[in-house]
Amino acid sequence: MPEFTTWDILYNLILAARWTVVLSILAFICGGIAGLLVLLGRVSPLPWLRRTMNLYIELFQGTPLLMQIFIVFFAFPLMGVETTAWTAAVVALTLFTSAYLAEIWRGCVESVPKGQWEASESLAMSFTEQMRYVILPQALRVAVPPTVGFSVQVIKGTAVTSIIGFVELTKAGTMITNATFQPFLVYGLVGLLYFALCYPLSVYAKRLERTLHVAR
Amino acid sequence: MSLVKLTGIHKSYGDNEVLKGIDLKVNEGQVVALIGRSGSGKSTLLRTINGLERINQGSIEVDGACVDPGQSDLRALRLKVGMVFQQFNLFPHLTAGQNVMLAPVVVKKQSKADVRTIAEEALAKVGLADKFDAYPDQLSGGQQQRVAIARSLAMKPRVMLCDEITSALDPELVNEVLAVVRKLAEEGMTLLLVTHEMRFAREVCDTLVFMHKGRIAEQGAPEEVFTKPATPELAQFIGMVTER
Amino acid sequence: MAYSFDFPAVFDYTPVLVDGVVLTAALTVVSTVAGVSIGIAGAAARTSGVKALDTAVGVYVEVIRNTPFLVQLFFIFFGLPTLGIRLPEWQAAVLAMVVNLGAYSTEIIRAGIQATPRGLIEAGESLAMTRAEIFRHIVIKPAMKKIWPALSSQIVIVMLGSSVCSQIAAEELTFAANFIQSRNFRPFEVYFVVTALYLGLAVLLRWLLARFGNLVFARRAARA
Repeated sequence: MPEFTTWDILYNLILAARWTVVLSILAFICGGIAGLLVLLGRVSPLPWLRRTMNLYIELFQGTPLLMQIFIVFFAFPLMGVETTAWTAAVVALTLFTSAYLAEIWRGCVESVPKGQWEASESLAMSFTEQMRYVILPQALRVAVPPTVGFSVQVIKGTAVTSIIGFVELTKAGTMITNATFQPFLVYGLVGLLYFALCYPLSVYAKRLERTLHVAR
Repeated sequence: MSLVKLTGIHKSYGDNEVLKGIDLKVNEGQVVALIGRSGSGKSTLLRTINGLERINQGSIEVDGACVDPGQSDLRALRLKVGMVFQQFNLFPHLTAGQNVMLAPVVVKKQSKADVRTIAEEALAKVGLADKFDAYPDQLSGGQQQRVAIARSLAMKPRVMLCDEITSALDPELVNEVLAVVRKLAEEGMTLLLVTHEMRFAREVCDTLVFMHKGRIAEQGAPEEVFTKPATPELAQFIGMVTER
Repeated sequence: MAYSFDFPAVFDYTPVLVDGVVLTAALTVVSTVAGVSIGIAGAAARTSGVKALDTAVGVYVEVIRNTPFLVQLFFIFFGLPTLGIRLPEWQAAVLAMVVNLGAYSTEIIRAGIQATPRGLIEAGESLAMTRAEIFRHIVIKPAMKKIWPALSSQIVIVMLGSSVCSQIAAEELTFAANFIQSRNFRPFEVYFVVTALYLGLAVLLRWLLARFGNLVFARRAARA
């Protein structure tokens, strides 16, 4: 092994951080779509569907992300499907994200006054029509800040996928540490890179929330 | 043949029975006021008529659309029944015009151009032709309530239900809303109103229904009901509201 | 090819699972007490009006909230020895959890404090109370009561997050799972059972925190 300079380390970490970003974006988009479906079930007029989706949310909010990743990772081969760290990471993070986003959005839907449901109901709208034209447009406004805020949790969540061997920022940090024996420097830089990814989103979420409060 | 026919309506919240067997018929063009103390069940009764409250027993028939405790086809019922609420409940993310246009476009699948004309007419009828592009928070309470009436009218309902529609308004805004209701009544719209405006009820309605403890205690022409109350409850109620 | 499940292969290792549950529970209890204490102190610092203190605590909170727990753990366990601070596994795990929960609870409790009605503070001031007295007797209890549900959720999140402490060989529940599956080669069954155990712990913890909240805050409210 040749000598690593700090720049070499940083450069290699940044290369690996691309995978953190890709995984985060993918999990966020897929999780958002799945989360919308879970949300619709969670607030639907069908009691059994509401209960099922509530159970789904409780399950993912009541167990460690690491366990969810392990279970996905080891469940695929049982169904006869080859699994890689990459697919397991995407699937597990998507499920995780969908449950949390659905729960965040449910709060937003419930913040829409009951009168809006009643008014649209008495105009003979069906549940999907109510959601699409009356409830979701209003819920969306309040949903943006916490949704942006949750994206930070998704990025941080990707770190856990290093444990099943997916090479993203944290895993790269471990590998580089093993090669350089400079854990303080390497993990410090890893933390710094995560901070660089997350902090702008946190600030943006906070600012969005503030403008929302002023507008009210 | 009556337009609205309620038969043996029972409604409970848990152990609390709020409607204890209501029979009521309303003919086309009739204007009926439901009066009574708060808690007498009048708002609940009104809300059962378009299925906002589920009934435990009995049946509701509006112009052939029928609802029983199984709540078979609420959509058919609601296409015939319009509702105006105490709190207006306008959609805040839509303009006045969009509020009026939404349901005809989405529910009745009418063309946007047709609905635009209908919406303009409906807003003109409530005296707000110039507010088509205003958002609800740019309108006064009285104007918002008039938009809500226009929104309901645009669905061409056979009956309109008005649930204390002036109770949330500042006193000086009450009359502009009542004037719209009066105009609708004169044009032959069938109306059921829950109201505390006794003078208005007396002038505009042809039938008063006095509810007491979940039952219809008395009903008849306003003059009759007001001048010759048959029950002590009604006498007391009239004394109470006229003294105010 | 149908897979036949073998759950008894997991329960052969019940004592290992019990040890894991106990250590996870212990980690959670210790880090909750210490983390929430830091949170109260941190929130007091952030609302103290002393600019330097506010900024310093603010930096701590933002750094922790915007980096993964796993990286914080690695930094403490692998990185700190560079500075001569060498901690055994479970101490490193506790420290990471405390630091992490401390930052989140600072932020949560601060929000509760800032929601205190201005009039209450003015009432305290007009009774000649000092800032510290006002904080201790007027501000903190209603603030804690208000944010208790949010804080409880965060404590549950930290408990679930402790699962990654297995990566520094702290012998908690996930470590137990890894150990068992390396022996019986039944990873799916093992992780399934352990996930269920975590779910049980989460439900129990939520219930305990709700009970605790009711007990502490309701009684104080009744006396007042």
